[in-house]
Amino acid sequence: MFDSSGGSVKQIVVESVSHTYRPARGREVLALEDVSLEIAPREFVALLGPSGCGKSTLLYLIGGFLPVEKGAIRIEGAPVGAPGPDRGIVFQHFALFPWKSVRANVRYGLEKMGLPREEQERRAQSYIEMVGLKGFEDSYPSALSGGMKQRAALARTLAVDPKMLLMDEPFGALDAQTRSLMQAELLAIWQRSPTTVIFVTHDVQEAVLLSQRVAVMSARPGKVKAIVDVKLDRSDPHIYRSPEFAAKVDEIWNLVREEAIKAQ
Amino acid sequence: MRYLPLLLCALIWEGIVQLGLVSRDVLPSLSDVLKAAWMLAREGDLWTNGVASLYRGGMGLLLAIVVGAVLGVLMAWWRAVDAFVGPLVEALYPMPKSALIPVTVLWLGFGDGSKILLIFLGCMLPVTLAAYNGARSSEQALVWSARSLGAGRLRVLWDVVAPSALPELLNGVRTALALAFVLLVSSELIVARKGLGYLIGFLGEGGVYDAMFAVVLVVAFLGFFADRLYLAGTRRLLAWRE
Repeated sequence: MFDSSGGSVKQIVVESVSHTYRPARGREVLALEDVSLEIAPREFVALLGPSGCGKSTLLYLIGGFLPVEKGAIRIEGAPVGAPGPDRGIVFQHFALFPWKSVRANVRYGLEKMGLPREEQERRAQSYIEMVGLKGFEDSYPSALSGGMKQRAALARTLAVDPKMLLMDEPFGALDAQTRSLMQAELLAIWQRSPTTVIFVTHDVQEAVLLSQRVAVMSARPGKVKAIVDVKLDRSDPHIYRSPEFAAKVDEIWNLVREEAIKAQ
Repeated sequence: MRYLPLLLCALIWEGIVQLGLVSRDVLPSLSDVLKAAWMLAREGDLWTNGVASLYRGGMGLLLAIVVGAVLGVLMAWWRAVDAFVGPLVEALYPMPKSALIPVTVLWLGFGDGSKILLIFLGCMLPVTLAAYNGARSSEQALVWSARSLGAGRLRVLWDVVAPSALPELLNGVRTALALAFVLLVSSELIVARKGLGYLIGFLGEGGVYDAMFAVVLVVAFLGFFADRLYLAGTRRLLAWRE
């Protein structure tokens, strides 16, 4: 039904969206201005930009967490609605329920789906094992390392089998080694069962390593400055050492540099 | 042994009275007080009045916790509730609740009702404020995670906002617990026909000072014991934080 290679059927359509952020105190900020973006099913797209460019805001709008005030966002043809399990989200700071064990966290969405108890247990266990947390089912999040917390959060989100994955700088709070391990794992998961991923990051290498397309955003107010295709061989585990990889990083870094300077 | 200082105080108390440093009219010896406590327990006065007091305190506190917690969470979650109830809570919070003793007696008489109402009114606000602050501190990302995992808005209130508020709420309840004892005893001292506070006043007026001190000790011990029990319970409920 969907054809990602042809690209004619779009799963997510963002059309001239602007968004004003109104803090409880202080001035209003125009976070996004006239942003348009189309994403095909099973596509891995990175939203790249300096901090404060509104890339997370765009993600929250697609997730239905913030109201679309100007422009339109359509998911599979219908205007974006309230948040739901079709759009899984992973946050930078994990957002695990601290009062629930790893198992109970992963089971949370499955309970809401109304699955029978044994099915919940079975499915939670298989996702916990998939992210390598076997043996930590009964641990509370406070007892886990950052990397393990993010694995648990990923398992919780994937367990409800979302049609798309919204990732808000998911590896931004992890140390460098853990981050690169998690990147490899995410890529492996995505290759095994491709779902649509929107991945917010300010790390150019990360964006090139993971995504098929990179939407480079400008500093405040956020606009899509350029969309760069990344056609790299994902099956090569040493891709990040290849000249093509370096060239792509350079190309995108040149686009981002100006914005990063402006955002300082 | 953490409570060694308490034991030391008990010894000093007994010592200064036995040595005649303090007149027995002002401070009966600890041994006399314990003897009096034993007599009060054997004759049943301690039980009938103790049960009455615990019932009033327990009911008042229970109502305060339930109503206060619900009110606090609702205030944090719906702006309209906050706008309406918030100023009332702020205005009433600093008021000394013992001033309400005559009012509650006027409304509900000398029995249990007036004490329960007083404790309920006095203890509700600290619980409300604690629940409010706790619920307000619930993380946006947690609320959003729950929503994206299929929880509706009301469900999030129970699944995320309430447990987020719990640590703060439990602190507020501890304050309320201490306050409940204060209000209970002072209201019973002033207007009551039974209860531990009433017993203290009755024995004091009758000049039976060792028995009066015995009841004061019992009240102090009850307060201490309730607080310890409460803390132990709190630790179990918040085991996930360690």
